[in-house]
Amino acid sequence: MPSENENLDLASAQGKLDKAKGPNYWRSLDELAASKGFEDLLNREFPRQASEWDGGDEGRRNFLKLMGASLALGGLSACTRQPTEHIFPYVNAPESVIPGKPLYFATAFTMSGVSTGVLMESHMGRPTKVEGNPLHPASLGGTDVMTQASVLGLYDPDRSQTLNFLGEVRSYASFLTVVRDVLSGPSTKGGNGVRILTETIGSPSFGAQMKAILAANPQARWYQYEPLGAQNARMGSKLAFGQFVNTYYKFDSADLVVTVDSDFLCMGPASARYAHDFSAKRRVRGDQTSMNRMYSIESTPTPTGAKADHRFRMKPSEVAGFVRALAGSVGVGGSPGSAPSGIPGNGFSAMVKDLQAHRGSSIVIAGDEQSPEVHALVHAINGALGNVGKTVVYTDPIDVNPVDQTADIKALAAELDAGKVEVLLIVGGNPVYNAPAELAFAEKLPKARLRARLGLYDDETSALCQWHVPAAHPLESWGDGRAYDGTVTIMQPLIAPLYAGKSPLEFIAILTEDPEQTTYEAVRTYWMGQHKGADFENWWRKSVHDGIVADTALPAKTATAGAIPPAAVGASGSGLELSFRPDPYIYDGQFANNGWLQELPRPLTRLTWDNAVMISPATAKRLDVDTEDQVELKYGGRAVTGAVWIMPGQPDDSIAVNLGFGRTHAGRAGNGAGFDAYQLRTSNAQVYAAGVELRKLGKKYTLATTQHQSTTAKREVARVGTLAEYQKNPDFAREMGEEVPGKGETIYPETFKYEGYAWGMSIDLGACTGCNACVVACQSENNIPIVGKDQVNRERIMHWLRIDRYYDSDGQDNQKAAENPRTVFEPVACVHCEDAPCELVCPVAATVHDQDGLNNMIYNRCVGTRYCSNNCPYKVRRFNFYLYSDWNTESVKLQKNPDVTVRSRGVMEKCTYCVQRINYAKITAEKEDRKVRDGEIVTACEAACPAQAITFGDLNDPGSRVNKEKKEGLTYALLGELNTRPRTTHMAALRNPNPEIGEAS
Amino acid sequence: MAIPLQPIELPDEVPVGPIIGPEENLTTVTDKLAGIVLRRKTGYGWLMGFGLAFCGTMMLLMAMTYLFLKGTGIWGINMPVAWGFAIVNFVWWIGIGHAGTLISAILLLLNQSWRNAINRYAEAMTLFAVACAGLFPIMHMGRAWLAYWLLPYPNTMQLWPQFRSPLDWDVFAVSTYATISLVFWYVGLIPDAASLRDQAEHRWQQVVYGIMALGWRGSARHWQRYEKASLLLAGLATPLVLSVHTVVSFDFAVAIIPGWHTTIFPPYFVAGAVYSGFAMVLTLMIPVRKFYHLESLVTMRHINNMAKVMLTTGLIVGYGYMMEAFFSWYSTNTYEGFMYWNRMTGPYAPYFWCLIFCNIITPQFLWIKRVRTNLIILWIVSIIVNIGMWLERFVIVITSLHRDFLPSSWGMYYPTAWDWAIYIGTLGLFMTLIYLFMRAIPMITIHELRVLVPGGVRSPQPVQPQPVKNI
Repeated sequence: MPSENENLDLASAQGKLDKAKGPNYWRSLDELAASKGFEDLLNREFPRQASEWDGGDEGRRNFLKLMGASLALGGLSACTRQPTEHIFPYVNAPESVIPGKPLYFATAFTMSGVSTGVLMESHMGRPTKVEGNPLHPASLGGTDVMTQASVLGLYDPDRSQTLNFLGEVRSYASFLTVVRDVLSGPSTKGGNGVRILTETIGSPSFGAQMKAILAANPQARWYQYEPLGAQNARMGSKLAFGQFVNTYYKFDSADLVVTVDSDFLCMGPASARYAHDFSAKRRVRGDQTSMNRMYSIESTPTPTGAKADHRFRMKPSEVAGFVRALAGSVGVGGSPGSAPSGIPGNGFSAMVKDLQAHRGSSIVIAGDEQSPEVHALVHAINGALGNVGKTVVYTDPIDVNPVDQTADIKALAAELDAGKVEVLLIVGGNPVYNAPAELAFAEKLPKARLRARLGLYDDETSALCQWHVPAAHPLESWGDGRAYDGTVTIMQPLIAPLYAGKSPLEFIAILTEDPEQTTYEAVRTYWMGQHKGADFENWWRKSVHDGIVADTALPAKTATAGAIPPAAVGASGSGLELSFRPDPYIYDGQFANNGWLQELPRPLTRLTWDNAVMISPATAKRLDVDTEDQVELKYGGRAVTGAVWIMPGQPDDSIAVNLGFGRTHAGRAGNGAGFDAYQLRTSNAQVYAAGVELRKLGKKYTLATTQHQSTTAKREVARVGTLAEYQKNPDFAREMGEEVPGKGETIYPETFKYEGYAWGMSIDLGACTGCNACVVACQSENNIPIVGKDQVNRERIMHWLRIDRYYDSDGQDNQKAAENPRTVFEPVACVHCEDAPCELVCPVAATVHDQDGLNNMIYNRCVGTRYCSNNCPYKVRRFNFYLYSDWNTESVKLQKNPDVTVRSRGVMEKCTYCVQRINYAKITAEKEDRKVRDGEIVTACEAACPAQAITFGDLNDPGSRVNKEKKEGLTYALLGELNTRPRTTHMAALRNPNPEIGEAS
Repeated sequence: MAIPLQPIELPDEVPVGPIIGPEENLTTVTDKLAGIVLRRKTGYGWLMGFGLAFCGTMMLLMAMTYLFLKGTGIWGINMPVAWGFAIVNFVWWIGIGHAGTLISAILLLLNQSWRNAINRYAEAMTLFAVACAGLFPIMHMGRAWLAYWLLPYPNTMQLWPQFRSPLDWDVFAVSTYATISLVFWYVGLIPDAASLRDQAEHRWQQVVYGIMALGWRGSARHWQRYEKASLLLAGLATPLVLSVHTVVSFDFAVAIIPGWHTTIFPPYFVAGAVYSGFAMVLTLMIPVRKFYHLESLVTMRHINNMAKVMLTTGLIVGYGYMMEAFFSWYSTNTYEGFMYWNRMTGPYAPYFWCLIFCNIITPQFLWIKRVRTNLIILWIVSIIVNIGMWLERFVIVITSLHRDFLPSSWGMYYPTAWDWAIYIGTLGLFMTLIYLFMRAIPMITIHELRVLVPGGVRSPQPVQPQPVKNI
């Protein structure tokens, strides 16, 4: 029996009880429980080890030793523990993540240093889909193609996943040690020989960091280079104003637009906003009875030119002359110019007259691919027309450090060549691939002693650097950036870095005193400095949550264009001219490994997986080449081989090639796609090269296009009219085609009443810019697989939504139509016929109607007879001829939308009207005991469309937007004469040609 | 019931010989036909032919295995042209099958006793053609392992096939047709199997043919029941001759695609089927009768008659083409008009004109008696017609689909090596079965031929003739 004060531990207590049996057991248990020693045992915190405490000095020491060791061990394993970094979900503020319920986080997508705000849809911590941020000025809810596709880049299985030193995997710590050692050495004192090469930087915090680094290392140099981007616009502003100035445009106040080789509707970081504003001015509805007018002068056809009311084609070398003539005609720079040769008839004088009549409400805009001289002239013209401050706004530059990037890369190459570079840190970019050809950057780069590269891919440039550090995808790290008007977005990460990637801020922190600082700290500290005050935390939370920092748009500044620059001695002369264009999707090549973008049909050529040598029909005839003929292009002693594509609308005697292809280290999608036109692009021929030789090689190269027929074959499938026609007869579009049978003219009884919801869609051809953002949105929302070039060539592309491009030859003679056609874009997806031909022929009822009128496809029931597709007059059904969906690549699985089935081999699929979104809204509405509100369901395509060409809603709701659209006279049912009664109707496009110019121009 | 089994008196203007050679009598007929099966040594010619055909069958199996492993993507089909060789070949094979049923059923009801010599062969050809045809709809499916979903079977999901779909009608039409053809063919085989059993020289032959004969003893009662069953089956099979290809034509006619959506398809398809079927019978019969010395059993009269049927049906098919062209113009429908214009001038125009040559121009030579009685020329004509009828299906399926309503979705179809492998493979399978048939079963119905011999009977106690209409 234990004494009152006996110390007890569990072992001894158990020992005491072991001996007792029967009643004795219970008695001793009671005694034990009553003893004070037992009470102590219960109250002691560490019943076992604590006994050591009383075991004298020895025990206590041992205990402390043990504790110390465990602490040390514990500390070791937890030394990467991160401080809490709060991110803020956008719409909902959930107490916890609810499975099946996506969250939206605001962040931004940055290209060429300019950001566009987005909302990322996140399912259980996986970002799956990009949506536009309605609060962000560059988005207003819409997105452009590259932004939409950026989420696939996050999960790209070819992203570099390890930090490499000469191909061997190393730790970041070893990288830090090595580089810090070199940096602290005598040869790099004060930043001597330290060179940093970045792309255009718009991130304020990165800029501040760089400035601090340069201040601490006065000998170090920061170079910026990007092959495309706003280099020419930047240099043009310097030429015009003597300083770098950022320009943006207000298309919502412009009644007249003249573009000079500018694809402002589809290219550039503000294109979504511009398309939004431009189409708003073009939409003739209700009170708005007029529309804007656009003239396009183009050296290569673009979707913007396709939207123009008058499009003039001009060789690249003639553009500057045209702008000079225009400047003269509106009263800047001497005498009025004479009509340039590229514009037939009275086109030029009528355009000038039109511009004069729209002082203050017109825009003349030059494309980024145009020379600085043209940009400077355009600034002068806008100034002369009084547009500045009204439709054209000047601000301070968006870039934190605007420079002449061509000069930068040349200087760096020279320094490399001279062996002056000790340490070269390359942040992003890919100069080995895209630096001007004559610099032979690949040969010079290895002359730097220590080369470290931060990149998403182990690409051409990384291959020549000793160190390759995997970059964090923008969705994996904090950051900040400015939109086209200066509005700041603080980017928040959606997911922890998949491959321990580093952000640019973390990477250059190696040059600071705190090389291990996190991006979060850096960004937050920077903005703490910008927003002083006690409310910082609230301000920070709100800014991160909203995706914009309030009132950060740069103020408009007055800038007056100086004297007209003298005509540059441009590359002119005889022979073919070759203009270098950014690819509309893979841009300068940085998205080359994005399968969605590679397989997205280019707006005009409908080409996938390749670039081409684009030649006008007449020139092709003269050179005796045809589409898919392999040719060699030779310029300045360098040659590349590409395949010809005959491009209606291309000026004669000029060639256009898209950059960004012909990558060798891009990854499985980008390698071997197309040819590398950078090899011909020198620093003095960035815009175009004159005197290019073209030699036919006598071989064929297969190009994969998704549309083989370019005209409508005299069928009224894509209806277009002029504003004048519309004013004369608002129903002209409806009357264009064959008669549509009335309701009830069918042998089948009208069994379906659709008394609840009746979903329908309206697509406005007038607004559609053909940018294809909706197609990528659909692809990422609906888990649509990519199929590869071979399968595209076999006409098995899987896109549920396609944008048909028709060259409209109506009213033009054939020759003219082929040379400079009018173009119309027509998005077509499943139109959800009420009398659907597909449903009738399916032998297993795998495609049926539901009570809301949706034409549903039941994958599980489909046996794959493909009869439905045969009988579909719109040919919008897509069949899994093989197992197209990627069921194996782990990283790609993460991107899949969990609300949509990933289809297997042998089943048919097609547009569902985003049924998962419909059902989500219906369930929400039912829980709240109400009807679904108009606008509550936004299909992926509708959400993405920057021009708001797509409207979806309930046809049974008399006030719905879609009903309003459908009541317009412009609405027509595509192939309505077949009595399919499509739920999706189209609206004819309107053009607003200048009556003074012949309709044929 | 039983039909007058006497040869029809031929008018003078058909001096192409009798229905059976004058040298034949009851003994020679039986000996000759049973002898081919029982006593004739397996010749090198047979072995070589069979070996070649068997290679084709193996190729088919290999191609099918690869198809089921990889998916229908190995074919040339794509999104505007979702149906390709599989459907072309299906319709072609089904069409070929038609001659057999027509000969065995309709001609039986019409008292055309000349049919007796070619009936068994044609019927066997039908079965094998239908077997080949039946493979295609299954191979054609994206998920072939779920083909049974087209059958109305009770299931826990309470799902039925979608009965408005012509593909489902096909399932019933083709399976009925195959069943009736098989039963009809087998019933006709019973008395001959008994003959073989009785003449067998080996025990195993006796057992095998004995089982096949189902205890046939040739009693009057047997014959009486046999006649009744034959007539009933003929009656059942007759509408099938019309219905099967009518239903197959609905696969196209019910769809809204220009070039498919037309009311003329059912009769025109049936005529085309009989046309191709007779062409195939001729293609096979002309060499077989030569190699097996059957000239006195399958006489020039037969050949001549078959050529005439071919000419007639060929003219109907030609009329069909004319009407298609006429209506595409007369309807003033943009899509219909374009469809025919595209057939004539589009990328597949060579196929179209080849088809016109094969199916319309070539059979015109059959007006000439010397062509009908020249075996070599007739054989070539029959092959051309077979090719023509295959082209017809190709033109209907492919050219209608490849350019339909929206020009943006127009495309092209190019068959792949696998398409060809499967098509040629089914030819191999067909020939394999034909070779086995010729080796194992009297290729001409012995008992039916015996009655054609002057004074011949097939049973010791001829049944009382009764008029057909009483049935």
